[in-house]
Amino acid sequence: MTYRIGIDVGGTHTDAVLLDKDYQVLAQTKCSTTEDVSSGIYAAMREVIALSGVPREQITYAMLGTTHCTNAIVERKHLNEIAVIRIGAPATLAIKPLVGVPDDLRGHLGKRVYIVAGGHEFDGREIVKLDEARLYAIAGEIKGKVDSVAVTSVFSPVSKEHELRAAEIFRDVLGDDVPISLSYEIGSVGLLERENATILNAAIVNVAKSTALGFLSALKAEQVEARVFFGQNDGTLMSIEYAMKYPILTIGCGPTNSIRGASYLSGLENALVVDVGGTTTDIGVLVNSFPRESSLAVEIGGARTNFRMPDLISIGLGGGTIVRVQADGQFSVGPDSVGYRLPQKGLAFGGDTLTTTDVVIALGKANLGDAQKVAHLDRTLLEQVYSRMVEMVEEAIDKMKTSSEPVPVILVGGGSILLPDTLKGASQIIRPENSGVANAIGAAIAQISGQIDRVFSLDEKGRAETLEQAKSIAVEEAIAAGADPATVEIVEFEDIPLAYLGNATRIRVKAAGTLAGVLQTSDSN
Amino acid sequence: MRKIGKQEIEDIAVGAALLGTGGGGDPYIGKLMALQAVEEHGPITLLSIDEVPDDALVVASGGMGAPTVLVEKIPSGHEISQTFKALEKYIGKEVFATYPIEAGGINSMLPLALAAQLGLPVIDADGMGRAFPELQMTTFYLDGISATPMVLADEKGNVTIMDTIDNAWTERIARSVTVQKGGAATSAIYPMSGKNLKDSGIHDILSLEEQIGRAIRLSKEANLDPVQEVLKLTNGFELFAGKVVDVHRKTEGGWALGTAHIEGLREYKGQTVELRFQNEHLLAKSGERLLCVTPDLIAVVDSETGLPITTEGLRYGARVVVIGMPCHPKWRTEKGIQTVGPRYFRYDTDYVPVEELVGKGSVAK
Repeated sequence: MTYRIGIDVGGTHTDAVLLDKDYQVLAQTKCSTTEDVSSGIYAAMREVIALSGVPREQITYAMLGTTHCTNAIVERKHLNEIAVIRIGAPATLAIKPLVGVPDDLRGHLGKRVYIVAGGHEFDGREIVKLDEARLYAIAGEIKGKVDSVAVTSVFSPVSKEHELRAAEIFRDVLGDDVPISLSYEIGSVGLLERENATILNAAIVNVAKSTALGFLSALKAEQVEARVFFGQNDGTLMSIEYAMKYPILTIGCGPTNSIRGASYLSGLENALVVDVGGTTTDIGVLVNSFPRESSLAVEIGGARTNFRMPDLISIGLGGGTIVRVQADGQFSVGPDSVGYRLPQKGLAFGGDTLTTTDVVIALGKANLGDAQKVAHLDRTLLEQVYSRMVEMVEEAIDKMKTSSEPVPVILVGGGSILLPDTLKGASQIIRPENSGVANAIGAAIAQISGQIDRVFSLDEKGRAETLEQAKSIAVEEAIAAGADPATVEIVEFEDIPLAYLGNATRIRVKAAGTLAGVLQTSDSN
Repeated sequence: MRKIGKQEIEDIAVGAALLGTGGGGDPYIGKLMALQAVEEHGPITLLSIDEVPDDALVVASGGMGAPTVLVEKIPSGHEISQTFKALEKYIGKEVFATYPIEAGGINSMLPLALAAQLGLPVIDADGMGRAFPELQMTTFYLDGISATPMVLADEKGNVTIMDTIDNAWTERIARSVTVQKGGAATSAIYPMSGKNLKDSGIHDILSLEEQIGRAIRLSKEANLDPVQEVLKLTNGFELFAGKVVDVHRKTEGGWALGTAHIEGLREYKGQTVELRFQNEHLLAKSGERLLCVTPDLIAVVDSETGLPITTEGLRYGARVVVIGMPCHPKWRTEKGIQTVGPRYFRYDTDYVPVEELVGKGSVAK
């Protein structure tokens, strides 16, 4: 028998689960998220191993979804010294790198910014030749002064040639120890957004490296020799080596893990997932087992990126949300929360604050705490507060649906006891077992993916053949990343003809499969 | 004459998006270009139309091509000075100032960026007072002014001058040239005299955009209803408030065609509005009752923030207010209705001014 650990770091709790090869939950735990994040992860990991009692040498995989990288960017802490290289002159000069990014972040990351001649057209032609001499000169200038380099070339999603050549030059001069972030690996068409993401990536490679190596040594200290994977924002995994090179892809993996975990636990592929935590309720949409992605540009730390983040709506309603009642009977629900201090602060637990959890306890809808301590509250008022809470969720559900048809709703998260068994807009309500740790389960069961997003010219090969080519590139990428070839499927496909450009089309394909090596030891799936 | 800085640019971008009636694309790139140009070259000079000499050569500047290319291959910023130089050589006269061709999207912002860079003034006038998708859909065309000589330049330094027999040819040739230049190019178009712009253009449009943007921004701080503020500035009417319940789109002949249905909220509960768009919002009706139709302006704004929503940004669940605004009187002429009225866009209805449709009589102006 082999086992795997899944860990997911949330704002309040760090959750861990231990699964067997058939994905049965053998142990689960919730620890407080610590300020340094890492010690909370280690604590959860040690606890879940001890609880499960499984032989350590049989734990073969460890999957980690962490907020280290997000925190570094949002708090502007531990960011690397970087050089920003854009290849695209004479085009693109009208908007230089980091214009439109908040000043404090620009101050950190904009100290060495260069725009070099080169780049490609949408159809793969060179705009101009790459200025290699200039790249060598820049490399000489920044040598010894930077921790990492971000390289973004115009239309690199169509041709990565200039980025690859630039990377060769920098490695040649700076050596192998200075990581080079290449934009074609990170984002799709949309120069500024892709460039911002690449710059942020370069800025957090050291944070990612210490997180990854710290987790490895913590596992080793527990005599666990597992292969380590990191969760990405699209609900799939990447190897530790890849995560150290492209840590920006870990941002936003938390909500994704909870949506994927809810899918697995409920057995549904299409549904709404309502994750009620201590402070907020996040609502996402499950489409063919993956989270629906947002069509809008996503800002990270105030910088606009073109990441495909899960399309989420977040409202200020959780288990610790504070309910305030005025003398005239008017009341408000949130948006602030007592968060993880609910067991001390909540009325039903002997505290002094009326929370949403107290409301459901007083109404007899949840059996925890001490109902006597909230028995004195006015029942009519409580009913009104409760209807307001339910309405808040129903309204948010309605915003996320794509049509007026009712859809199945999966309730997960510790705060889901707040909600009733019927909701407007829901065809059914599912409360899966172990739903309190759906996020950690989502991390543990994540798949391996490969994807491309590029503009193809149809002149050479024709439409059908080009689409096939695009699909096979995505499949190969998934296999190269560690997916079992037998299980790889196309999970997303989009083909957007570029009307203005004649015979060109933008194709986005994602392929995903089970982690290779799992099938050999498992007869399920 | 007055100076325009960063805050004015931010406000103009919002106002332009509102008057862009859902079309014109994302103004983000244009806005950043203008912001950088102001950062590097200082504030822009904005001239009212009265400050432009009758015999001055003025020309519109803008972008042409596929939005997908523009967001990746951003202009160098030098293209426009090349188009102006080429135009000056061809016409034999110096360019006095530039102006935007339309409100909305990138074309409302590019002239600001270019003006800052070249140190040229921008004129507070345009040729639509809103956004439309075709070259001839300008109030200049109504008065028989040609779009050419027109110049297209790319970042590499290639410059193309077109002097065509009509706008259909301009469109056809400009398209192929743009694709060869890499799918996007910078254009100088509708060169004319100060007198022509005065007679045939729509005045004070940048100021109106700025006022709209500022009103939306300040209403947040002052706790006012941004929609009401916009209506005051535009002589507009609230047509409907509700929730988007479905959106259908298709691309046909280079057009983004679509229909959206909005289910009523507040006093509109029980009613549904159908919105038709072709790049821009062009028609709104409730059942068989017409609420507003092109060339009058239909804007869809977020009911909380008052910020305009583009046709691409319309999605299920959005809470919106639909507003109707009277277009410039130039569009309400026979030729105006022929050029941009409902029948040109293949809607089987006659044009009726929005103020008559809402039963408010005629508006001043």
